[in-house]
Amino acid sequence: MGRYVARRLIQFLPVILGTLFLLHLLSTVTIQVVGDPVRALFGENAPPAAVIEQMQVQYGLDDPCLQQTGNPCVGLFVDRLGQYLQGDFGTNYRGRPVTDLFLERVGITLRMQGIALLFEIGVGIFIGVLAGLRKDKFIDNFVRMATSLLIAVPVFVAGSLAVLFLGLKIGLPIRNSDWAPDWLGQMLQVGYNSEYPWLSLVLPGIVLGSFSLAAIARLTRTSLIENMRADYVRTARAKGLTTRRVVAIHTLRNSLIPVVTYIGIDIGLLLGGSLVTEGIFNVPGIGLLTFQAIQSNDTPVILGVVTVLTIVFLVSSLLVDILYAALDPRIRYE
Amino acid sequence: MSDTSAATAATSAEPAGASGGDSGSNRSLWGDVRYELVRKPVFWVSLVLVLVVLAMSFAPWLFASTSPNESGACQLTNARVKPTWDKPFGYTRDGCDMWSSLVWGTGKSVNVAIMVTIGTVILGVVTGTAAGWFGGFTDTIISRITDVFFGLPFLLGAIVFLAIFPDRNIWTISLVLIILGWTSLTRVMRGSVLSTKQRDYVDAARALGASDLFIIRKHILANSIAPVIVLATIGLGSYIGAEATLTFLGVGYQRPTVSWGLLVNEGQTLVFAGFSHLLIYPCAFIVVTVLAFILLGDVLRDALDPRSR
Repeated sequence: MGRYVARRLIQFLPVILGTLFLLHLLSTVTIQVVGDPVRALFGENAPPAAVIEQMQVQYGLDDPCLQQTGNPCVGLFVDRLGQYLQGDFGTNYRGRPVTDLFLERVGITLRMQGIALLFEIGVGIFIGVLAGLRKDKFIDNFVRMATSLLIAVPVFVAGSLAVLFLGLKIGLPIRNSDWAPDWLGQMLQVGYNSEYPWLSLVLPGIVLGSFSLAAIARLTRTSLIENMRADYVRTARAKGLTTRRVVAIHTLRNSLIPVVTYIGIDIGLLLGGSLVTEGIFNVPGIGLLTFQAIQSNDTPVILGVVTVLTIVFLVSSLLVDILYAALDPRIRYE
Repeated sequence: MSDTSAATAATSAEPAGASGGDSGSNRSLWGDVRYELVRKPVFWVSLVLVLVVLAMSFAPWLFASTSPNESGACQLTNARVKPTWDKPFGYTRDGCDMWSSLVWGTGKSVNVAIMVTIGTVILGVVTGTAAGWFGGFTDTIISRITDVFFGLPFLLGAIVFLAIFPDRNIWTISLVLIILGWTSLTRVMRGSVLSTKQRDYVDAARALGASDLFIIRKHILANSIAPVIVLATIGLGSYIGAEATLTFLGVGYQRPTVSWGLLVNEGQTLVFAGFSHLLIYPCAFIVVTVLAFILLGDVLRDALDPRSR
């Protein structure tokens, strides 16, 4: 196991450096082609050149290589890496460090991601098992149809429709009524309510996890069907074990391996999707920070937040990979 | 989805096979695929939907005579008028006819998706074939590059790129989606080429003195393209969704362009004021279109992959 972890860490370094360089390359080449974002911020009512120059220095946009189209700006990248190592991800146009903005909002986003993960893993595996055990029966066909539909609905469409139907058409009468319990109304809220920091995140979390729910259910179904044909399952049955034990202990444990791998990829999807759900449900987390930065053209915030999220994504997929090896010895000894 | 019909197709195939004709072991791979497909209702439904969507994007005037961008097409007095029997789709926020806005907006999404699919397929097939066929150093380099691209979450990478662009159009949106999307096709093509490479007919061709390029062109491409076709079909649907998402977030198409993402964005802010038709119609168009491409990809995959039968 130790050797596997070491090998994985050595592979991880070039990938994280490469990805950060790609991100740097995307942004510098764009700045070189379209001109720098400080000028774009002011548009036609540009302030005096001195003010612009001062702002360019402040946001690290004064590097001469940003004017040379096609120059990869390796020097600037090394400088930025040094800043990242010190926890400096730039400042927004109002002068606040992105790290501060990030830290004060990260809790709420983590809560929402937690709800989404819990929902998609719990419900996804459950309906995947149901469908897999009754292959080609009604429940299987239903699950396959429902998951196709879920995959076809982009998160922003699912979110907008959930606000309209669940939050407004169903949730509003419940919140206004005397008979319904308070928690039910808050679970079907149209936006974030700071008095209910968990309940009002349930709907955004479910919307965020809906796409991956379908993917997890399908993965579980396929690998369960494949594993049910395996020799060890027949052996277990022949020993006279109950179906419940054969499925839960022998088959399901082996079938969940691809699901674990998927969760590693999924964290990236959830990070991107939280931008959309937080924008729709007005959840004051990192996604909304980015959403508002896009609306107000605050490029340093977008760059900083995306960089942090990319690092978060890479580190968490590394952790999932290591977990994967802990679950499945075949991976370790490859 | 059509398991009952697939099951009956399988049972009825046996007597047909015994009587010869266009069935049994005589069929080629694509003949086999066609045989599978024409018996599936899901295939026909999704194919018809896809064709309608394509017709809407290339000939919108057949479905709605006036473009909402023409002068005089939109009347502010009609703004947000709800659906009536006369006009079952109602009017948009700016007083344009909702139906014609949706029809003329189809092309915006579909064109991006088609360009991105063409771009990613070309890049993915070239790099994937190179990595799979030549192996060794070429493979290492290409695989490491795809690892790096996979490290960047799709939506986040696209936002960084597009947020800096002052004016965004079909070219910039497609470019960004191609840059961030080609790697999954590379991986699939590489895996497919690796398994095709070990077939006997490749050895036979080589023994007869065929060059690398000849073998790739004649044998490798034709026999390993199937998973790419499936993924590209599904990709068409998901890129339509991706474009709409980016537009919704404010980094895609900008007004006065008519596009689905913008219509959802408008509807989303006005839905609390009771104008639910502004949200429901654009959402329905997006979902049905994406679903049609994904279902078509799914049936293609089932038909192309003999293991799933």
